[in-house]
Amino acid sequence: MVPAVTLRRAHGGDVSGPAPFRVQPALDDDNRFFWTSGQDGRLRILRCRSCGYYLHPPLPRCPACGSRDVAPEAVSGRGEVFSYTVNHQSWDGDTDPYAIVLVALPEQDGLRLTSNLVNCPPDEARIGLPVRVVFEQNDRVWFPLFEPA
Amino acid sequence: MTDFERRSIISGIGQSAVGRRLGRSGLDLTIDAALEAIADAGLTTADIDGIATYPGAGGGAGPGFSGPGTPEVQDALRLEVGWHTGGIEGAAQLAAVVNAVMAVGAGLARHVLVYRTVTESTEQGSGGRQGIGIGGGVGGGGGGVPRMGGTMQWSIPFRAYSAANWLAMNAHRHFHEYGTTPEQMAMIAVNARRNAVLNPKAVYRDPMTLEDYFASRLVTSPFRLYDCDAPVDGSTALIVSAAGHATAVDHAVARVEAVGTALRGRPSWDQFDDMTTMAARDAGAQLWTRTDLTPADVDVAELYDGFSFLAMTWLEALGFCGKGESGPFIEGGGRIALDGELPLNTNGGQLSAGRLHGFGFLHEACLQLRGEAGDRQVGGGVEVAAVANGGGPIAGALLLTREG
Repeated sequence: MVPAVTLRRAHGGDVSGPAPFRVQPALDDDNRFFWTSGQDGRLRILRCRSCGYYLHPPLPRCPACGSRDVAPEAVSGRGEVFSYTVNHQSWDGDTDPYAIVLVALPEQDGLRLTSNLVNCPPDEARIGLPVRVVFEQNDRVWFPLFEPA
Repeated sequence: MTDFERRSIISGIGQSAVGRRLGRSGLDLTIDAALEAIADAGLTTADIDGIATYPGAGGGAGPGFSGPGTPEVQDALRLEVGWHTGGIEGAAQLAAVVNAVMAVGAGLARHVLVYRTVTESTEQGSGGRQGIGIGGGVGGGGGGVPRMGGTMQWSIPFRAYSAANWLAMNAHRHFHEYGTTPEQMAMIAVNARRNAVLNPKAVYRDPMTLEDYFASRLVTSPFRLYDCDAPVDGSTALIVSAAGHATAVDHAVARVEAVGTALRGRPSWDQFDDMTTMAARDAGAQLWTRTDLTPADVDVAELYDGFSFLAMTWLEALGFCGKGESGPFIEGGGRIALDGELPLNTNGGQLSAGRLHGFGFLHEACLQLRGEAGDRQVGGGVEVAAVANGGGPIAGALLLTREG
């Protein structure tokens, strides 16, 4: 039995769920905001304050307008499953199938996050499924995962 | 002005033993392949004045992936070279060939030894058949918990460990947008096995039916075990020579006609603008801008099948069928059979012949052009062969023609 972990929801109502093994991101000054953003239940993406373009993964300068005035900005946390796979291979010792999803964020065309679909059986993953962010805290990282909305 | 490509030929080819867990070093296998290629080109080691590989020592991506670096091979063969290169960035594994062709075209070298060596099967030890997963590419870190930086931090922490996971999502998107079916995708694997049965060096030669395919376990939907290539040990070498050398060898040679090396759009596994195409789209399109030949002229296609779906994306990227139409194109498997309109992966591909990581396709294309492919030789005289390597944000393509 894997240890329990708290899944933090933006809209309240934290739930307990199984905590799978996860490789941790190596935090640095460029990515810390993303991986700790869930502390207050909000998902943040780097955004250009000059032209409004979202930059993901983070970059030091906006590739759309060239501005250096970029800063993390909270997004809705809503999205839609753009594609998915249900993994059956035991890469990390866990043999339970799980769903990996590519979530399209509504804030910008083509803005996507690779993540996991949680709080539902993995076989419920399908393209077009509306989802919302939920954060799984592990040490000092809040992993942005998604559940059916 | 002649494009740089047509100043080069592939004058010789060589390949070591290929198999599961050979227990031999990468350098040992490389020497076998290199000496065979040098002799096949009618040369001796003293004639070799350039050396190129992909990716070379320190190339990363997991145990047994890199093969020996060019300095090791230069030393082992006591070569004297005027030019050498190795590296993982470029037109997929074909970058090593393209670099050699450029060096010959620029006059920096006249006979370049190009090789690619893998010992992934032996490195997996007794752990069974695995993909390239958490064992490879996960950065170090204290306390036993790996910490991931760079681009992989956006996928690995979500337990998307392998290219199998990433590309499965591309495949599902293709299924969704174009109605592609698992039965269609299965034909890549079934066709590969059909050809491997005729290839004495292939690692999996037992006949495989569609039923066998669907009986294999799911790795990551929609990919089953038989959609994933089989790690092997082996080395492939070829000699890229100045075109004038063609008359000095006692067999036909492959002339380099055109390369596809473009990388457009975002070079990312999950941010690319069109998930159903990936980088193959632009490398494939560029290839046809560099030649007067067209897809209809191609007699055999040797298209990367690290996962079955990738061969489908290459069929589309190289214009053998329309965008999104690879499913119907391969349906039933007749069109891509040895006696079909476009014989595909004639040696069994990486799915059944073994994951020689791109260079198995190069070797096979040369054999087919030379008419030396034995029981699996495509009939009617093979004049033009297309070779493609890579998947996701990595892509390279090569068009070869027969000379002599």
